[in-house]
Amino acid sequence: MNATYDAIVVGGGHNGLVCATFLARGGKRVLVLEAADHVGGAAATREFAPGFRVSACAHLLHLMPPGLVQELGLEKHGLKLAARSLPTVALDEAGAHLSYEPGNLEGLARTSPKDAAALSDWYAFLQRASRALHPVLSATPPRLGTDAWRDRLKLLSIGFGIRRLGRKDMRELLRIGAMPVHDLLEERFESPLLKGALALDAVLGTNLGPRSPGTLVSLLYRAAASQGSEVLSLPEGGLGALSDALARAATSAGVEVRTGAPVARILVREDRVCGVALASGEQVSAATVVSNADPKTTFLALLGAEHLDAGFTRRVTQVRTRGFTAKLHLALDRLPQFSGLAEAALRGRLLVAPSSDYIERAYNHAKYGEFSEQPMLEVTIPTLADPALAPSGKHVMSVIVQYAPYAVKGGWEVQREPFTERILATLGRYAPQLRAAVSATQLLTPPDIEREFRINGGHWHHAELTLDQFMMVRPVPGAAQYQTPVPGLYLCGAGCHPGGGVMGLAGRNAARQVIREAA
Amino acid sequence: MLTETAPHFRQPLLKTPFHERQREYSQLDSYVPWAGYSTFDVFTNVEQEYFSVRNASSLYDLTPMVKYRVSGPDALRFLNRLVTRDMGKLSPGKVAYTVWCDDAGKIIDDGTVFCLAANDYRVCTAERQLDWFEASAIGYDVEIREITEEVAALAVQGPISAKLLRGVGIAGIERLKPFEHGEFSMPRAGGGPTVTLMVSRTGFTGDLGYELWMQPQDAEAVWDALMEFGRTRAVRPIGSKALNMVRIEAGFILPKVDFVSAAHTLYLGTERSPIELGLSWLIDYKKGHFTGRRALLQEVARGPRRQLVGLDIEGTKPAYNALLYTEASGRREAGSVTSAIWSPTCKRNLALAMVDAPFIATGSTLWAEVYLNRELVWERRMVRARVVDRPFFAPARRRTTPPADF
Ligand SMILES: Cc1cc2nc3c(=O)[nH]c(=O)nc-3n(C[C@H](O)[C@H](O)[C@H](O)COP(=O)(O)OP(=O)(O)OC[C@H]3O[C@@H](n4cnc5c(N)ncnc54)[C@H](O)[C@@H]3O)c2cc1C
Repeated sequence: MNATYDAIVVGGGHNGLVCATFLARGGKRVLVLEAADHVGGAAATREFAPGFRVSACAHLLHLMPPGLVQELGLEKHGLKLAARSLPTVALDEAGAHLSYEPGNLEGLARTSPKDAAALSDWYAFLQRASRALHPVLSATPPRLGTDAWRDRLKLLSIGFGIRRLGRKDMRELLRIGAMPVHDLLEERFESPLLKGALALDAVLGTNLGPRSPGTLVSLLYRAAASQGSEVLSLPEGGLGALSDALARAATSAGVEVRTGAPVARILVREDRVCGVALASGEQVSAATVVSNADPKTTFLALLGAEHLDAGFTRRVTQVRTRGFTAKLHLALDRLPQFSGLAEAALRGRLLVAPSSDYIERAYNHAKYGEFSEQPMLEVTIPTLADPALAPSGKHVMSVIVQYAPYAVKGGWEVQREPFTERILATLGRYAPQLRAAVSATQLLTPPDIEREFRINGGHWHHAELTLDQFMMVRPVPGAAQYQTPVPGLYLCGAGCHPGGGVMGLAGRNAARQVIREAA
Repeated sequence: MLTETAPHFRQPLLKTPFHERQREYSQLDSYVPWAGYSTFDVFTNVEQEYFSVRNASSLYDLTPMVKYRVSGPDALRFLNRLVTRDMGKLSPGKVAYTVWCDDAGKIIDDGTVFCLAANDYRVCTAERQLDWFEASAIGYDVEIREITEEVAALAVQGPISAKLLRGVGIAGIERLKPFEHGEFSMPRAGGGPTVTLMVSRTGFTGDLGYELWMQPQDAEAVWDALMEFGRTRAVRPIGSKALNMVRIEAGFILPKVDFVSAAHTLYLGTERSPIELGLSWLIDYKKGHFTGRRALLQEVARGPRRQLVGLDIEGTKPAYNALLYTEASGRREAGSVTSAIWSPTCKRNLALAMVDAPFIATGSTLWAEVYLNRELVWERRMVRARVVDRPFFAPARRRTTPPADF
């Protein structure tokens, strides 16, 4: 291959594809090299049992700003939603389930009028706060400790955005910013089910429990991404279909996308990136390399410590990247019944998180390297809206499970079966006949995710999303503005600002940074 | 080496294998702690000890110097990414002085690297470095082991040092060139197996001199042989005070005195780069990446803000810690003295000083604020301080091979 490229994007995860598209639109000749046979990274659809397909990691689309979807023309490129505005159903063992969605709190108002009012207040607050926070996610964070006007201006404008919320909201935002979500929920809400559901949103994908300080960060993060009104959607064909649309958007912008092309090394000549070497031995040159891989993979495995300073290298090794989230896929012969739940409600997002304490107890195990005896679950049955994912009449259940520590005691070879059992038993409390309908299971533990999706540690966000790994220190100081210490090398994945989830902002921000640097 | 009767918290400082022998020569019982050991700062009087270095030979107990063994398939690559010099040029049998920096290009420590064999090194440092070395070893297949207590070390420095070593039976020492090391043997007094030592032609005095590296159990035999032969030749043990005088004459810098390690500074802006310490010659930008390289290149591009220089100061009163001014009026500061002595050999009033950029060129004139104490009556003097080249004292004998036979 002799074509020359201005930029190579290592990894065709959704962020890599978004980044490549914007780079191409900025006039660059771009090559995406994806190790897997499919683009999408953790936003993928895979067959897990003959005839049964499922969104393999991410299963709900809720973070990608509508503006970005539009800007990329994803609908034109084939993105269809099988379902939008999924309600959330907080499951109750006794059958007193609680159902709500941001735009519609009527159901909740009937069972708990006080909570409905409080939730409506909370959503309104998030919407106002996201006016200050959304712009933060959409821009390169300022650097710390510089006296460059650009960085100062950015800090000022973040401060100004928060100040503009007005005295009351500003105080509230600053008060709760680093708080444990549990305490906030105690202040605002009554129903344990509702508190459990909101706590789940705050800890999903993290290694934190509701009583951990800083758990509000990820709740505010979700709110900021969706500008305060989170809409849960299921793309037709699973999240992999979104990635396919992204790939088509990229290709039509002129990007060349190669799959099955794992990169072995990022090449450096005279202290500048000059291209990559594939595992096949092939070399491709480009003056700019943007890595969609996680920070540890990028710096330690692909680049190598020899091109980095020792202090920086140590900081990279200290980034917390071990995942605590597992994924269970079930092939079902028939639609399961959940006690007290109408069939229509199964189209929603079903949560097994009956209280904040339930989650905290589940978390207790994980702190000491054990899986949760009674795990917290986020369940979808995508085949209800998208029957093509399974043979006719059959169904797929997609379950996000916490907590499943990366380095579980005894090892996952031994714990895989017992943990699967625990999850099925937990589901069985709500859907007693479920087990009889299961024809195949697949459990993806964090080490499985690490291996299959090439994410060091198998973490949802590539790197834990907490205040100490947020914004201008994400993933580490010295690489928090998408550029890295090695000229020409950039990051664009979930490990950098603003973080993970199928959102695309890291990819777009990175592309803007690359183009600005080149200018 | 702790005595069994005293619990460690009563005697927190270790004693070197030379300690008991040195005590016999100490008239003052004056000790200073150094890297966890109790060491002598002066035995009899500083001048006498000083002159033994410049006019005869001296023994200085170097054991507390922190020592690491660095070995493994990536040892060379590891060192080259750690230090500023090109270790690829260091062949077995050679020693190099170098510094290493943090990411910001500020000095963490200086030390010497001994190449023992391919991918097998000994690194001697002023302070303990394991934490930084291990951070630097991430991604490298290298083993780093502290061996400070396993190796006793003695510096033999002064014009008759080669004579002294030959006198105790260390044959072939005269062939050792500066910054070379080798294995030698010394017959044991009263028979018995010969003592094996590593000897390097290195030192901190700027004079002819050697450093002897041996097993702790051989320390007293080596000491006894040297002192026995040296007894009629003005050979003396010296303490850290005399050493400090000769190292200033030689223009060598000392951590905690002329700079503070970037690993220890608390105030912003007090860390120092090798460029600022006048050690640009130690930096090899062409050898590939090393920690601090990018920051140092930026510093080069930006130009120096300050630099460590040598000063020749009017009068005879050492300008300890003196502030430096651009004019005698003392209105505008331009730096400060870090080390100062009256040099008995050069007959000059010398200092090392950190000086602001416009005044670092040789020949620049500054004014030093010196305080004179006349029987408790203090006077302040502004004296002329001229920037001069270093080293202040560099006799040809330090390099001559073979050394003169006295
Ligand atoms: C179990 C689980 C459930 C989740 N559920 C949701 C959800 O419901 N909703 C949501 O929004 N988010 C969810 N997430 C988070 C979301 O999936 C990720 O944060 C997001 O997909 C990350 O996207 P990315 O493009 O930054 O990185 P990735 O998707 O990880 O993409 C990186 C790409 O780089 C490739 N790569 C790595 N190394 C190399 C190499 N050497 N050569 C070539 N290519 C390489 C990888 O193969 C991969 O394709 C979930 C995550 C997990 C783990």
